[in-house]
Amino acid sequence: MSAKTLYDKLWDFHVVEDRPDGTSLIYIDRHLLHEVTSPQAFEGLKVSGRKVYRPGANLAMPDHNVPTLRQERSSGIAGIRDPLAKLQIETLHSNCTAHGITEFDLNDKRQGIVHVVGPEQGMSQPGMTIVCGDSHTSTHGAFGALAQGIGTSEVEHVLATQCLIQKKSKNMLIEVTGHTADGVSAKDIILCIIGRIGTAGGSGHAIEFGGSAIQALSMEGRMTICNMAIEAGARAGIIAADTTTFEYLRDRPYAPRGREWDMAVTHWQSFTSDKDAVFDKRFTIQADEIEPQVTWGTSPQMVTGVSGSVPAVDDFNDETSRESFRLALKYMGLVEKQAVTDIPLDRVFIGSCTNSRIEDLRAAAAMVEGKKIARSLRQALVVPGSGLVRDQAVHEGLDHVFRSAGFEWREPGCSMCLAMNEDKLGEREHCASTSNRNFEGRQGYGGRTHLVSPAMAAAAAIAGRFVDIRHWR
Amino acid sequence: MIPFIQHHGIVAPLDRANIDTDLIIPKQFLKSVRRTGFGPHLFDQLRYLDEGRPEMDNDKRPLNHDFILNQPAYRDATILLTRENFGCGSSREHAPWALLDFGIRAIIAPSFADIFYNNCFKNGILPIILDTEIIDRLFREAASQPGLTADIDLTRQSIVMSTLKEYSFPIDDYQKRCLLEGLDDIDMTLKSAGRIDLYEQQRRQAYPWLFNDLHAKTSIAR
Ligand code: SF4
Repeated sequence: MSAKTLYDKLWDFHVVEDRPDGTSLIYIDRHLLHEVTSPQAFEGLKVSGRKVYRPGANLAMPDHNVPTLRQERSSGIAGIRDPLAKLQIETLHSNCTAHGITEFDLNDKRQGIVHVVGPEQGMSQPGMTIVCGDSHTSTHGAFGALAQGIGTSEVEHVLATQCLIQKKSKNMLIEVTGHTADGVSAKDIILCIIGRIGTAGGSGHAIEFGGSAIQALSMEGRMTICNMAIEAGARAGIIAADTTTFEYLRDRPYAPRGREWDMAVTHWQSFTSDKDAVFDKRFTIQADEIEPQVTWGTSPQMVTGVSGSVPAVDDFNDETSRESFRLALKYMGLVEKQAVTDIPLDRVFIGSCTNSRIEDLRAAAAMVEGKKIARSLRQALVVPGSGLVRDQAVHEGLDHVFRSAGFEWREPGCSMCLAMNEDKLGEREHCASTSNRNFEGRQGYGGRTHLVSPAMAAAAAIAGRFVDIRHWR
Repeated sequence: MIPFIQHHGIVAPLDRANIDTDLIIPKQFLKSVRRTGFGPHLFDQLRYLDEGRPEMDNDKRPLNHDFILNQPAYRDATILLTRENFGCGSSREHAPWALLDFGIRAIIAPSFADIFYNNCFKNGILPIILDTEIIDRLFREAASQPGLTADIDLTRQSIVMSTLKEYSFPIDDYQKRCLLEGLDDIDMTLKSAGRIDLYEQQRRQAYPWLFNDLHAKTSIAR
């Protein structure tokens, strides 16, 4: 038998049926649902009179549209001021009730961003297929699972059949060798990779991340890497499970127990790429070349190190790229060759499924402790990824550190990552953000996003501009 | 789903790379629980000069007359010509819903983002991939003759421009059939229900933990 990649193995394990037209029916182990991309899928089931195939494989929670102010949340759904958001969140709730699907509702302690909560509950496990109507489902690939974002029609398909019709992707391996410098986080690694391979660099591929710098990461760091595989164009990012993974999962609420745990670990260990497995595409990067990253443009590939500057139009060799560059500069209100550290900042956002876990909050708090945010800032926001992250942070006194420095401490949700609720940028405001997309208008109409790591965002809040955290006190 | 077999329409050139789904349909319009009604907000940030909100009367908003779909020759365009990596970003199917609601039935680009590409086929939209050199030529032709039209024949996988040049495009058999027949793929899949059951039975025996239900336990109020 020929050598297989991790992705090949995950794929093969889940094939229910290969079809003559080149597609396969793939079994789905876990399905996450949220309020924005599911209502039309449930409506579809209703119209066609279909049932949910296996309710116990689903887990739902509202996150995209929820208010993050404690006061607005205190009276539950009834207290949500935006009637459209309220209707969506109510709709999720009634759909889950009608179909017997577990929901962590608005005021459940475990509610939060789906991609933070799934792993936190031990729901995301090695060797599984995991889907959600959200492109950042790639996050769960950090557990050695095949995790992919799907559209609403596919959400309906999974609800109705527990399967997806797919064609296999190609294999890509990204290796990060050596060790990162202090102050360089998982976020910087993935941003740097996207800067090199581009936002379409992984299109049509499942990306496996490997190498010593990836293996050295905690599960939370690995999730940050896989989270942004989609920003590199890949539907799925995967990291082989190892003892770090198993230790993280042990005793989590949805992790297997007892005899099942032992069986599971044996099974999980088989999900690694064979030594001589062939990849269609490879990319290698030295970890020690990576410095803290900052995006300057309107696509995650428009990124540079903190010691760098915005490029010049002549740095691009084709007209389409030059035009994209001009559009981005105009939108961002920056000039050619402007130093990253000279970008003015108006707001800081620490949160999102990329960087709102406890380690992210610790890294940010370490920069902030005993200091005050710059007076020039309009707002600095910390939005924990889940109720459990929030409680842990409170337990460690991090909320106090943030609050004393002048940050607002909020309730969990997607918040300013996509600004569906009230948390958003004003026109022309620059934001240092730990989220994953710097598209035009993403964080608010006319808002200007700079993607960075939690420590970089926190230091920027104190200094009022980007600073190189490797040399900053 | 409406089938796609043949289509004739005006080709609107949207000369921009990496158009993301936030740009196609901004988040403030994703609060709807329906599949329709997104057309008026397609490319909202590019089409209008102000910030759009769901409850607004779009007829009263200031138009960006430079934007291609606002120009008289392209208001009725049903085919979009664009650059690489179209539809990148969020998986929101509201993007193809908005395109379809506006009247777009086909999109021509050198490449598409994976999830968006896939979502098109579920909604009767044909994404056509052509070589970058051909795309360059089409943009030049569109610039020199506004109102360029195209005849698309999915059965033959061919597109004939009003310049009489013909190009063929690739497409998977399955996706082609879905579009041609306007297939409901859930029905198709449920024909394999026996296979799905068998898969579950075998796996349940050997890997029981994969089937542990995600129980609610009791809701933990904060
Ligand atoms: S935090 Fe942002 S990227 Fe993540 S699921 Fe929410 S909106 Fe999407």
